[in-house]
Order: sequence, then structure tokens, then C-alpha cells
Amino acid sequence: MVELKINNQTVQAEEGKTILEVARENNIDIPTLCHYPDLHIHSECRVCVVEDNWGNLVTACSTTVRDGMEVKTNAPRVLESRRVVTELMLANHDTNCTMCEKNLQCELQRLASNLGIQENRFGSVWEKKEIDDHNPSVVRNPNRCVKCGRCIEVCKEVQGINVIDYMNRSHETSVEPTYGRYLSFEDCTFCGQCSSVCPVAAITEKDETDKVWEVLHDEKKHVIVQVAPAVRVSLGEEMGQEPGSIVTEQMVAALKKLGFDRVFDTDFTADLTIIEEGHELIERVKEGNALPMMTSCCPGWISYVEQNYPDLIDNLSTCKSPQQMFGALAKTYYAEKEGINPEDLFVVSMMPCTAKKFEAAREEMSVIGDDPDVDVVLTTRELGRMIRQMGIEFDRLDKTPFDNPFGITTGAAAIFGATGGVMEAALRTVSEVVNEKPLEKLDFETVRGMNGIKEAEIELGGNKVKVAVAHTLSQARKVAEDVRKGKSEYAFIEVMACPGGCIGGGGQPYGTTNATREERIRSTYQVDSEMEFRKSHENPAIDQLYKEYLEKPLGHRSHKLLHTHYIKRN
Amino acid sequence: MEKRILTARFGKIDPLSIDDYIKNGGYEALEAAVKMESDTIIDEIETAKLRGRGGAAFPTFIKLKALVGEKEKTRYIVCNADEGEPGNFKDRHLMENDPHQMIEGMIISAYTTKAKKGYIYIRGEYDHSIAVVREALAQAREKGYLGKNILGAGFDFDIEIRSGAGAYVCGEEFALIESIEGKSGRSRPKPPFPTTAGVFMKPTMLNNVETFANIPHILEMGGKAYAKIGTESSKGTKLISLSGNIANRGVFEVPFGVSVKDAIAKLGRGVADGRKLKMVQLSGASGPILPPEKIDVPIDFDHDIGAGAIIVMDERTDVVDILLRHAEFFEHESCGKCTPCREGNLHLVRLLRKVQAGSATADDLRVMENLADVMINVSLCGLGQSAPIPLATALDGFGDQIRDRLAQTETKENA
Ligand SMILES: Cc1cc2nc3c(=O)[nH]c(=O)nc-3n(C[C@H](O)[C@H](O)[C@H](O)COP(=O)(O)O)c2cc1C
Ligand code: SF4
Ligand code: SF4
Ligand code: SF4
Ligand code: SF4
Repeated sequence: MVELKINNQTVQAEEGKTILEVARENNIDIPTLCHYPDLHIHSECRVCVVEDNWGNLVTACSTTVRDGMEVKTNAPRVLESRRVVTELMLANHDTNCTMCEKNLQCELQRLASNLGIQENRFGSVWEKKEIDDHNPSVVRNPNRCVKCGRCIEVCKEVQGINVIDYMNRSHETSVEPTYGRYLSFEDCTFCGQCSSVCPVAAITEKDETDKVWEVLHDEKKHVIVQVAPAVRVSLGEEMGQEPGSIVTEQMVAALKKLGFDRVFDTDFTADLTIIEEGHELIERVKEGNALPMMTSCCPGWISYVEQNYPDLIDNLSTCKSPQQMFGALAKTYYAEKEGINPEDLFVVSMMPCTAKKFEAAREEMSVIGDDPDVDVVLTTRELGRMIRQMGIEFDRLDKTPFDNPFGITTGAAAIFGATGGVMEAALRTVSEVVNEKPLEKLDFETVRGMNGIKEAEIELGGNKVKVAVAHTLSQARKVAEDVRKGKSEYAFIEVMACPGGCIGGGGQPYGTTNATREERIRSTYQVDSEMEFRKSHENPAIDQLYKEYLEKPLGHRSHKLLHTHYIKRN
Repeated sequence: MEKRILTARFGKIDPLSIDDYIKNGGYEALEAAVKMESDTIIDEIETAKLRGRGGAAFPTFIKLKALVGEKEKTRYIVCNADEGEPGNFKDRHLMENDPHQMIEGMIISAYTTKAKKGYIYIRGEYDHSIAVVREALAQAREKGYLGKNILGAGFDFDIEIRSGAGAYVCGEEFALIESIEGKSGRSRPKPPFPTTAGVFMKPTMLNNVETFANIPHILEMGGKAYAKIGTESSKGTKLISLSGNIANRGVFEVPFGVSVKDAIAKLGRGVADGRKLKMVQLSGASGPILPPEKIDVPIDFDHDIGAGAIIVMDERTDVVDILLRHAEFFEHESCGKCTPCREGNLHLVRLLRKVQAGSATADDLRVMENLADVMINVSLCGLGQSAPIPLATALDGFGDQIRDRLAQTETKENA
């Protein structure tokens, strides 16, 4: 332990901690910009300077505390330096804040406001640069980049993709796709993790809220919405509540207020995914065919396999993701049932994910003519934006349940949002279907949580079977390498591209950290534990759907509507 | 006035002949070192009070000690021969006239710290230096001064040459390290320092050519005798690079303490063509700019001698032109990593252009001073920290001349 003074307040601190950490532990705020929890110390923006008792200005993020140190976080010199540094950033920035996606959510704006900056002593040197919106998922706007390097680190180190990096030097430094002009020319998986850490509006989701506003006011259109499992444990946070708040029924109420004709639950088709994928697994294991089977519900992971491991395409489950199963059923079964012309039916989904926008735009995802099954995908952040635009007081909404027929769901579907959830849901069903007896314990604790790669073993018809779960693409690479080399000992592998799974997705609220991910995971399992049904095959509405329409798992209709194929890319 | 220790063999030996070097006392220090304890060697260097010759003047023994104290056993010795600072050319002279003393210093450091691998990072334009050092390394290898089981003392060490693409910032220690690692040459935050996490994140001793070249001499004459040369703060000799409007340009070796004024007058034989002296810049492009009345200062680390450049400018020079030229240089050379340097240098250039054009106001000058102060205090590495030094010092010494150039209306208002 060391003892130091921060702003004349004596504090004890663990050796090796930084001034920033110690200050925050003691409720003393020091502004930062390039710093982000869970990432390396960049120390590039130089905003977090403080004065030490030797008269030096040091960056709080990178300087470790010493015994006898006396730190001033708000000395006049300190404030003046922060102001100059911030003004310098603003002088090379498109400062049209009122017309910016990140308005009121921007870290640079907050910094400037907290520092009381009212004029810039430095003339603007900003030159307009081309915006990259050439893909369905994310938009790069270099006019707003502050070169903090967060996105680079996330893409390179968390995802192991490495498609954006610093280019040029000096004041011409920019953060750009490494090879092409646009992200779409690269191995980008559109996971959006870069967008979720960007402090400003330099990488964002592609905002499609206008399209939705438009159809909501089109009398001719029947507009339905599906909501992914991970959104109900994160939307509250987007609306200013504590991380991990569960807001399922307020969310439904908000969606109704926005004007959607029906509000459905993607959890329903998550249950359906488990039935189809579970049977697919049972068949593959029986025949020893294309094992290990790998999950296919994450479009970030699918792109990654298509680009980097095309030789493993056969290992991917042919099941569409829950979002796309929903879209296909909506445009066929639901339209028929309700007597709606599919052309007048508009399907929106609310997803934690930017890659889902890309997924919905894939050519294969169209069962009626050339129309997409899912017309527009919005992220949690865009949903929050719509709610704010409409002036809905989220905290005061009445609780409203999902609509039927896609409203009855199970706990197995609810956990799809967390890493290990798809695996756990599948194990619950597969083991009961194969072993023909109820599981003693439903909770597969070993596949839960934030560890990079997790394993479990179950007995299926007298054989022991090993399974694995990976999240983040850098962890996925390890698993995929083993499969490629024929060294994988698993029968089934779940992969989610984002840290923590979809609850940590690239479309989730800004400021997502591993700590907030943990909170959302905890809530996810709480939702599961409180459900009436906790196994997908016990969902009575799924039963009904097979009886009424699909006939049987992996049957003819399923193949047409619920399964897909993949394409080698590059 | 000169004292030739590092340059004693210059012109007397064939730099391409290791035998010449050995005949003139070369590698004797290494022979002696391998019979010594590591601690004893460090003690000698501490007693000699050797400080880095690359600009930052850091005590060399502390780096050696730090390396020895690290748990990690893979360690590197790196010689900084980037010499990118305008006005400096003494490392080139050392490498091209007597390359082995630097190599010998590195081998002794490796023996002391148990490092097995070394790099010499030579500026790309120095193709002749590269050729000479490459040949010297080959000969040292042949003689068994490099390679396995050196001098039968049971230690292995070898050196590789790396050359930079010419970015000035690559002389900065961390940018240099990143460049050795194959990255694009940008600095890193400290701590950790290179002695803890340098090349490939392993403990690394990184020193200037001249610093390494001093080590064999210290072991030969002993730390005590060495510490008798020079001033209180700065021991030994310093190679200075005299350049600019001076009659006799070149590299000279002087004991610390000789005055800048004398060096210019006697070694440099005064301002060229009998012109009047306008100003002198010490250390290099990033050093202070002094008016003639301030140059009667000793050459030592208390007076910003840095890597040893002394640049003389005569009466024809315009201080604003010089400041602008320097600012443009730094604006171009900034690695772009940290805000004050990436953005600040650009604004210094813009503001200085206004001064040059006579359209700057007193406000502009205040902004410039303020910006310079912030850049000096909060930039991530030495480049941004020192880029505004010429400006800050010129405002001191030539403030009136600069203020005279401001837009007339403003000066009247303020008067
Ligand atoms: C921008 C910049 C350029 C530098 N260039 C050199 C150089 O060319 N040669 C050098 O020895 N040191 C240079 N330095 C200093 C090094 O960072 C480092 O302090 C030095 O090499 C350490 O060796 P020494 O202790 O022997 O001086 C530079 C520093 C900065 C900030
Ligand atoms: S979307 Fe994902 S893969 Fe693409 S640049 Fe961002 S982090 Fe990298
Ligand atoms: S795009 Fe965003 S995260 Fe990436 S460097 Fe620029 S400001 Fe930082
Ligand atoms: S893990 Fe979830 S949020 Fe992330 S890319 Fe995959 S589906 Fe999207
Ligand atoms: S001070 Fe300049 S050269 Fe050094 S890290 Fe910052 S931008 Fe790069």
C-alpha cells in the first residue's frame, strides 16, 4: 500500500495502480478520452493530465501512484492544458454537433462541455473527408475521428481481424481500412465492436430509423417487430437505467407506442432454432458427418468463416439464425394466417447487433420473390433513439406482454443472448430428446460466463460427448484452427463474435464494458430462471407450429424456410 | 582546447581493419571486462558518472543496473545510431572513423547484463556508416569478439544492423524499438521504460553511439580518472558538431566545460566571411536559440548541449524564418500519435506563417506561447516536448524582433 494525496485528500492505494484508478476509486473524476476500461493504456489524447508535487504534468491513465505523491487534478495549469488539448482536437473536427448521431452521447462533446469551452483559440483546420457507408452495417465518418485508437485495438486484439489501423503521419494521421478504401473491401465481419467503443461519431451503426418511421406512418403497411433476447437486458441501460436492468414489458409497451402493429419475440424462433439445430446435431452425430457442428446464429461469425475458413463451411449448422427464421415465418406462415399480402407486411427487428443488418441483406434471406424476409434491422441504440425522438417516458410505461403467435417462449431461448446460451439451450433439448428422460440439472454452469473458451461434457445415448463455447473472434480462431487441423475433440461448438455474446454486441448501448456485460449476463440467467418453460421442446407454441405448418423438424418446409447455405468469400 | 579520447584514433587507423584497432589498444577493455564481476563494471561506470550522449543525459549505470535486476532473462542491447536531429553528425564520424569502440562498448554492456542479442539502428541515409559497421561486425565475429562463448568467458552475444526509413522520430527510444519490431515507429507511453519492456517487450538497454563508445575508455582509465575530466554535472568529453555560418565546420571532441563561445571562436574560427553573429542554436533543431550575449556558457548538460550540435547563424538570418522552418520540420516529423504534437505543430506553423506575413496579432502570439507551453509539458514523447523549444527560447532572446513583426494595429492598441 502507498499513501498519497489527491487534491489534499489523503488516500491509501494499492501499489502499481494508476493515478486514474486511484482517483476514481475515491470518487474523484479525471476526464479521459482515449482511455477505455478493458483496453490497453493508450495515453494518446493527453486529456487526463494532472499535476504532481514535482510540478510535472503527467497523464493519470499511465502514471502509477507513489508514496508521498501529491496530485492536483484541477490546478489551473491542468485545466488550461486540458482545454488546449481539447480545443486542438475540436479544431480538426466536424463540430456540427447538433447534426451528429452522437449528439448528447459523445465523449468529446461531454469533455468540451465539462471544460467549459466556449470558443476555440485555434482556427479550424478540418478538411472534409469521404464517409464510408458502403456496407449495410457500419458507417465510418473520418470527419469525426479523434484518433484515439480504441477501434483499432478492439478489431485487432479482441476480434483478431485487424482491418483498421493508423495510416499516414503527423496531422494527416487517419484511422482507415488497412488495404481498401472501404470496410466492405476488407475482411470486416461487421460485428460493430469498433462502433461500440468509439467515443465520437466516427464509427457508428448505419442508422435506419428513418425507414422505420416512414413505414410506421404508411397506412397500407402492416408493420411487425421482433426483439432479440439480448435487447431486453440492455435497453434499460440505453434509457438511463442501471446496467442489467430487465425491461421486457416496458420495451413491448414502448414499441406499441411507436406504432408497431404487433410486437413479437425473437425468443420464439430461438426455441425453433434449438429444435431444428438440435435435430441436425443428433443426425450428424449419428452419421458421424461434418463434425464438429458449429452454430450459425451469429452473422459476424458466419462472415468470419466464409472469409477465413471456407473449408469449414460444411461444419456450420445449416439453420438460419432466429432473426431470419422469424422473417421467413412472418412472410409465409404469419401472412397466410392473418390474411395479409406479404408485400404489405413489413418486418423490423430490434437487435443488439450491427452484423444482423448485413445478415438481413444477404440474398439467401428471401423466401418470397426478391424481398428481404426482414426488411429493416435496428440496433438497441437506434431503438433508444426512436424512443427518445418520440418523447416517450420510458420509466413510466405500463407493462405489456408480447403478442401471439410469436410471443410464447422459454428460458432456453432467453439465454441465447449470453455466450454459452445457445449451447446450454441445445444441451437441454438434445439430451432429453436422445436420452428420453428428464435432465436432473438444467443449468450447465461450465459454459456460462466471460472465460474465452468454455467446455462441457454430456452423455448422449450412452456416449460421452464434448462440446465447447467460444466468444470473440480471436478465441473463435483458436477453436477453428483446431477443427481445420482435425484436432478438435468436440461434437458441437458455439461461437459468438462479440465479447460476452450478443449481450455485448456491437449495437448495444455505448459504454459497454466487461463489467456491464457481466450485469447483463446475470440478468439473462435471471430471466431464464423465472420462466414457466425452460426447455425449447416444451414450448407449446412451437409444438403448435409444427402441427399446423412445419410438420416435423428438418422436414420439407423447414428446409425451405429455416435452413440456408453459405458462400466462400474473397 | 580539444581533448581526444574517442577521436584519438581518428585518421591513425584504417576503420576497416580490426587489426589496426587492436594494435592501438582496442578490445583490451573487453578482455579486462570478462574477468570482472558485472557489479564491478557497473560501479566503474557509476563512478565515471557517464551520462547519455543522445540528448537526454540519463545516467548510463542506472540502465545497466535496471537490466541486471529484471526477472526476465531475454535482454537486448540497442545502439541508437539514427542521428536524425538536424545539426548533428558526430555519430556518423564515430562509426566511419573508429567503429569498433562502439561495438566494444556494446559487447561489454552485453557481458554485464547477460544480453545475448544486440541491434545497431543506423539511419538509412548513412549508407557508408552502414557499410563500415557491417564490415566491423564481420571482423569482430571472425576474431571471436562476437558469437558464441566470447573470449572463452562463456557468454554469447551478436549484433544485427537495422536501418530506418528516415523518420526523425525513429531516433526516439520507443519509436526506434517499435521500428525494430517491424512496426511503423511511434512512441509508447512510459512507464514501463525500455529497461523493463523494450524490444519485443523485453528488458532493453538503449544508448547512443557515443555513450557506448565511452565505455571501453572508462574501463581502461578507470571510473575515477574519467570523472576528473569535465564539469560537476557532466563528466568526460563531448563530441560537438559545429555547423551553420561558421568558418570551420566539423566534429570536435572537447572536455565538458569549454564554453560555447570559445568553441565557436577557436575551433570553428568564428562566423564565416567576417559576418556578425545573430544567434546560436544548441543541441539541434529542437534546442534553444540563443542571442550572442548568452553564448558564454559551458558545454555541459546543465546548458542544453543535448547531443552536441552547435549551429551558428549570422546577421543575414531572420529569426522568424528559422522558427518557421523548424516548425515545418516538426509538423512533418510528428508521428501523429498524441494530440498536442499531432495537432499543435500544425497550428504553430500556421501562426508563424502569419507572423512572417505580418498579419499576426498580439493575441496570436499569446496563443502561440500558450500552445508551446502545453506541447512542452504534455506531449507523449520528446519530439512534441521539444519541438516548441526554439520558439519558447527565441521569444525570450528575440521577443522584440518578433513583436515588431505583428500587425501594426494590434501593437498600437497594446502599447
Ligand atoms: C524525437 C527524438 C529523436 C531522437 N533521436 C535520437 C537519435 O537520433 N540518436 C540518439 O542517440 N538519441 C535520440 N533521441 C534520444 C533517445 O530517445 C534516447 O534518449 C537515447 O538514445 C538514449 O541513449 P543515451 O542515454 O545514450 O543518450 C531522440 C529523442 C527524441 C525524442
Ligand atoms: S465491424 Fe468488427 S471486424 Fe469490422 S472493423 Fe469493426 S471491429 Fe473490425
Ligand atoms: S474511429 Fe473512433 S474509436 Fe477509432 S480512432 Fe477514431 S475516434 Fe477512436
Ligand atoms: S455475437 Fe450477437 S451481437 Fe455479436 S455479431 Fe454475433 S449475433 Fe451479432
Ligand atoms: S510527441 Fe509527437 S512524435 Fe511523440 S508520440 Fe506524440 S505525436 Fe508522436
